[in-house]
Amino acid sequence: MTALLYIFAFLIFPGLLFSGSMGLLVGWIDRKVTARLQWRVGPPWYQNFLDLIKLALYKETLIPSGVSGAMFLGMPVLALTSATLVSTILFLINGSPRTGFIGDVIVVVYLLLIPAVALILGGFASANSLASLGSSREMKLMLSYELPFILALIVVIMKCGCAIRLGDIIMYQRSHGDIFMNPSGGISFFVMLICIQAKLGFVPFDMPEAETEIMAGAYIEYSGKALAIFKLARAVLLFVIPVFLITLYFGGIKLSLDGLVKAMIEYLLILILMIVVKNTNPRVRIDQAMKFFWGVVTVLALLSLALAYLGR
Amino acid sequence: MSDKKSIIPIGPYHPLQEEPEFWKLIVEGEKVVDVDVRIGYNHRGIEKISESKSFDQSLFIVERICGICSSSHPIACVEAIEDICGIEVPERALYIRTITQELERIHSHMLWLGLAGHFIGYNTVFMWGWKYREPICDIMETITGNRQNYAMHKVGGVRRDIEKEHVAYILSRLDEFLKQLDMLKGAILDDPVLHARLKGVGILTKEAAIEYSALGPVARASGVDIDARRDHPYGVYRKVKWNVITQKEGDVFAKTVVRVLEMFESASIVRQCLDQMAEGPIDAKPKDIPPGEGIGVIEAPRGECFHYVKCDGSNSPVRHKIRAPTYMNFPTFRETVVGETVSDATIIMAAIDPCYCCTERAIVVDTNDKELFKAEDLIRLSQEKTRRIREKMGVK
Repeated sequence: MTALLYIFAFLIFPGLLFSGSMGLLVGWIDRKVTARLQWRVGPPWYQNFLDLIKLALYKETLIPSGVSGAMFLGMPVLALTSATLVSTILFLINGSPRTGFIGDVIVVVYLLLIPAVALILGGFASANSLASLGSSREMKLMLSYELPFILALIVVIMKCGCAIRLGDIIMYQRSHGDIFMNPSGGISFFVMLICIQAKLGFVPFDMPEAETEIMAGAYIEYSGKALAIFKLARAVLLFVIPVFLITLYFGGIKLSLDGLVKAMIEYLLILILMIVVKNTNPRVRIDQAMKFFWGVVTVLALLSLALAYLGR
Repeated sequence: MSDKKSIIPIGPYHPLQEEPEFWKLIVEGEKVVDVDVRIGYNHRGIEKISESKSFDQSLFIVERICGICSSSHPIACVEAIEDICGIEVPERALYIRTITQELERIHSHMLWLGLAGHFIGYNTVFMWGWKYREPICDIMETITGNRQNYAMHKVGGVRRDIEKEHVAYILSRLDEFLKQLDMLKGAILDDPVLHARLKGVGILTKEAAIEYSALGPVARASGVDIDARRDHPYGVYRKVKWNVITQKEGDVFAKTVVRVLEMFESASIVRQCLDQMAEGPIDAKPKDIPPGEGIGVIEAPRGECFHYVKCDGSNSPVRHKIRAPTYMNFPTFRETVVGETVSDATIIMAAIDPCYCCTERAIVVDTNDKELFKAEDLIRLSQEKTRRIREKMGVK
């Protein structure tokens, strides 16, 4: 029975179907806000669904010659699976914080990493020089943002009395107030936000797929269903990463009316902040991004870590 | 080619340049080690066509060399023809030519600014730049009747006068544009991320700019103080106050600064022209073009544009030679792009404001003298299409 429930959770709610459609809707918010910022009208709310249906049902899925099909086609599925798993875990734990297991924060961090790894492998598997350029950029970018990302996460874990269970982090915040309200928590939240920008491949950190430089990079050889699955994985990530931030910094989502409204407002604020940053910056070079993450951002993360150590 | 090197084709399929030209970037990892520019895939034979047409018709074809420079090429061409016959062009016509020329420069630079933003992933600048270009296109429509391909210039003068009642409208739209340009200038020239991205990138030294015969904003950004408007005065550039904008650095940022500041100069020139312009005829109405040869040198938005026309006394040119600016700026790639990374290479190549039309000229479609469509047919087709679109979109 439990197994069936988990399968339901993974496939329907809060897994694939729910987070997939929410991701596409959130993707529409991204497109709409971007369009309004650029004096454009923007697409209707169902545009992303149409795009996905077109790719999945009407477009041919081409596999480049001399490429391992399993590797090439497996990567989008891997990316989607791990993104959906994150969503499932996060929502189940937000629903009943007492469940979960020791170390599920670490699992979530790993699962959030897998879509990027899948993209890198997919890019290298497509036997295209531009795709491998994109992959190598994605790899460098991953190396640069993961360090401050983990440091910022450690701040949260320290503040919650070294809890490595998401449920404990949520429960701690319900009794002691949101971590975001502490100086250390606030700084680490902004560090996290910058890292998220890179994780989602938003400008100024979209060089792995920079279309005017390397023509979508690792995605270049993907088409049809494989591309649709990659896009869906991206959509799920876009939906789920702000939820992860809310869980870490704003005490998660409480299952009551005001709790849901609070979570919704926080969610939209985070999302719109990301979209505004995306639209008011040019793309930076990969070496500049590395310098930025290992310099300023890591220093900030260390600062918040020191503050957390001092109990601020 | 060794195994380590690979080619990044920036050509018909690359989003940087969706035009039939091919820039071959030879890269090792992210570093560009060599660059090759291939053009001529779509040669239009404009010079030859022009030689088979009468002077009025050749102006028509010359205007279609480029949609963006559709005032520059005709002006250069009429300058060349007027040089042959030594016509005294009425002053008011010269003022109007200068105004269209400068408005064209503004809209071309604005267009480039937007595209440059797009190339470095700054799509907001792309959209805003193109939106702010609209007032200029509207002014052009008021003056010439067209947003592009103005059909404004003829040998001996211009075709349309600027109406008195339009002057206030033009000035108010120009003010509107300048306000927005001021804002955009602040947002672009003071943005630290843009500085990090564009400064010290793709440097073209002054010596190299002279050696490669770079033209226009590309040369001026490298500290080469050339401008055909001052060096070979035409129109009324002598009668208005303006400055040639130069920068020393020669990098992409300097090219941006030159273009942005030039827009302010152009706006000031337009304003002064509208102010000083006296009433009078706009056409000298020349009768014949005597045998001889003449040149027209003007400053197009991308640099010096040169036309040479030779005439034997008939009503069409015997030889018509055109040199467009982008053609001369292409070779500087070797100096600026080699040694940079792929990320920078694209914006460096875009920084010369490459214009495909500058390097290739119009296509003749030979229908064996059969008339495919009459004017009514074209109107009918257009109306049918509009109806189809309206039905599809549910508009009554």
